[in-house]
Amino acid sequence: MADLSVKVAGVEFKNPVIAASGCFGYGHEYEELFDLSKLGGISVKGTTLTRRDGNIPPRIAETPSGMLNSVGLQNPGIDYFIEKELPYLLKKDTVIIANIAGSSIEEYIEVAEKLNDTSVHMIEMNISCPNVKKGGAGFGTSCDMAASVTKAVRKATNKPLCVKLTPNVTSIAEIAKAVEAEGADAVSLINTLLGMRIDTRTRRPILHNNVGGLSGPAVLPVAVRMVWEVRNAVDIDIIGMGGISKGNDAAEIMLAGADAVQVGAALFNDPFACVRIVDELEKWCEVNKVDKLSDISGGVVTW
Amino acid sequence: MKYLQGIYKIIEKTALSETCFSFVIDCPEVAKISKAGQFVHILPKGKFLRRPISICQIDYEKGTLRIVFEIRGEGTQELSELNIGDDIDMIAPCGNGFEIFDNAKKIVLVGGGIGTPPMLGLSDIYKEKATAICGFRNKDAVILENDFLSNNTNTIICTDDGSYGIKGFVTDSLKAECEKGDVDLICACGPTPMLKAVSAIAQENNIECFVSLEERMGCGIGACLVCACKTKDENGEKMSHVCKNGPVFNAKEVVL
Repeated sequence: MADLSVKVAGVEFKNPVIAASGCFGYGHEYEELFDLSKLGGISVKGTTLTRRDGNIPPRIAETPSGMLNSVGLQNPGIDYFIEKELPYLLKKDTVIIANIAGSSIEEYIEVAEKLNDTSVHMIEMNISCPNVKKGGAGFGTSCDMAASVTKAVRKATNKPLCVKLTPNVTSIAEIAKAVEAEGADAVSLINTLLGMRIDTRTRRPILHNNVGGLSGPAVLPVAVRMVWEVRNAVDIDIIGMGGISKGNDAAEIMLAGADAVQVGAALFNDPFACVRIVDELEKWCEVNKVDKLSDISGGVVTW
Repeated sequence: MKYLQGIYKIIEKTALSETCFSFVIDCPEVAKISKAGQFVHILPKGKFLRRPISICQIDYEKGTLRIVFEIRGEGTQELSELNIGDDIDMIAPCGNGFEIFDNAKKIVLVGGGIGTPPMLGLSDIYKEKATAICGFRNKDAVILENDFLSNNTNTIICTDDGSYGIKGFVTDSLKAECEKGDVDLICACGPTPMLKAVSAIAQENNIECFVSLEERMGCGIGACLVCACKTKDENGEKMSHVCKNGPVFNAKEVVL
């Protein structure tokens, strides 16, 4: 059996499949269906300093081979997460990644500092949420802003720091370089692509927020391309995501340069997607005579 | 297990109207743990997202669920084209379902259009203790009347245009039932304006009332936070989720 373990930002994962933030809550719901220890890791629902109620529904729309969402970072706040959710998650024998968000640099710092006294394994700093008016992707679309917030949080935290990048930029590689220069240990990409759907009968956008983030199989080739561009631009580790719904998709994004992967929207189609992808990666290794999966990272042989 | 995901077989299909279909699904392990008011989360072929459809009836002996749905868009259109013997991929049972009050003596079930099917599941339980008030656009849209009648549930059909039953809204008939007195429970499912009006009538008459809500969903089990609805308690208002905290809410706790 192939060795599926990977290392990202110095953290060991038993396999490269991480449940993506926002799609997995705090794990309780999927735990009804499978053992969380089968996952490489869980990136929990994005957490802000105080409770956020999110956007007005409808917050989801079907798209060709994918979906739009406009949840808007609904979460109970960092104190609730640390007190009520994190201790339980840390017993689950899987890597727990705290996904944090803010609408100011001060908020990011405060949230990150609160996690210093916990045993959470890694921080994923979301500077790419397309669904909030203040902050969110505002930090992720300019190199200067991305650099400033990374620098500030790097100083504030003693945890491995992964910065989650938005694809809604001219050059994602430039943003990746900017956060690498300020001490990020890893980058994760891609967050969702901004999209819109309209009900032609009512002439209203389906999402009450009018626009939302596109995810699902439709975005896979964009994610593969961007991971490849970032791999060629930085030396830090990469968690690749965007449209992964099969083991082969995960292998593809790893070949493009990812060290681990996240799976999100696919869970809504198949609630077992993450564990199925682990099994499929194992078979992929067998078929392709790969002994150690991490060896394939960045292994694409370009023309 | 609270819910399962699996592939099940359709063993009966009936067209109830031009746009409304009834399936009976063979799923013993699901039926065993299902309750009236819960829903199934079905993946239509070729679609990325699942569609939540309320459970209409549960046959615990045969191990089957009956669902009744209306063609609303491409997903439900795809479902309507399935036939007896076809497979159906579902996560079920989802949500909380209706609390059953064994001591209730007179229960009014209010269904608006495609909100009527989950009321039949309650008629199966409350039988002659229940009065069903079901509203439809017109005669052609009326569904499930005979099913309610076969439970000896007093059944009042209302149509918007008066082409069948009583002309007018379900709320007029509900008011009349409440005025007769002794109603100790109202359960309702239908469009939001209807639920709002039903809740108001229940409150005026000081009657316990439960409403079943509908919202566009993602995961269907409470992880993605997509199907939000506002609820209130002693601590103020907050966002709850139709799939996990509902779809059935106490009318007093939901902000419609």
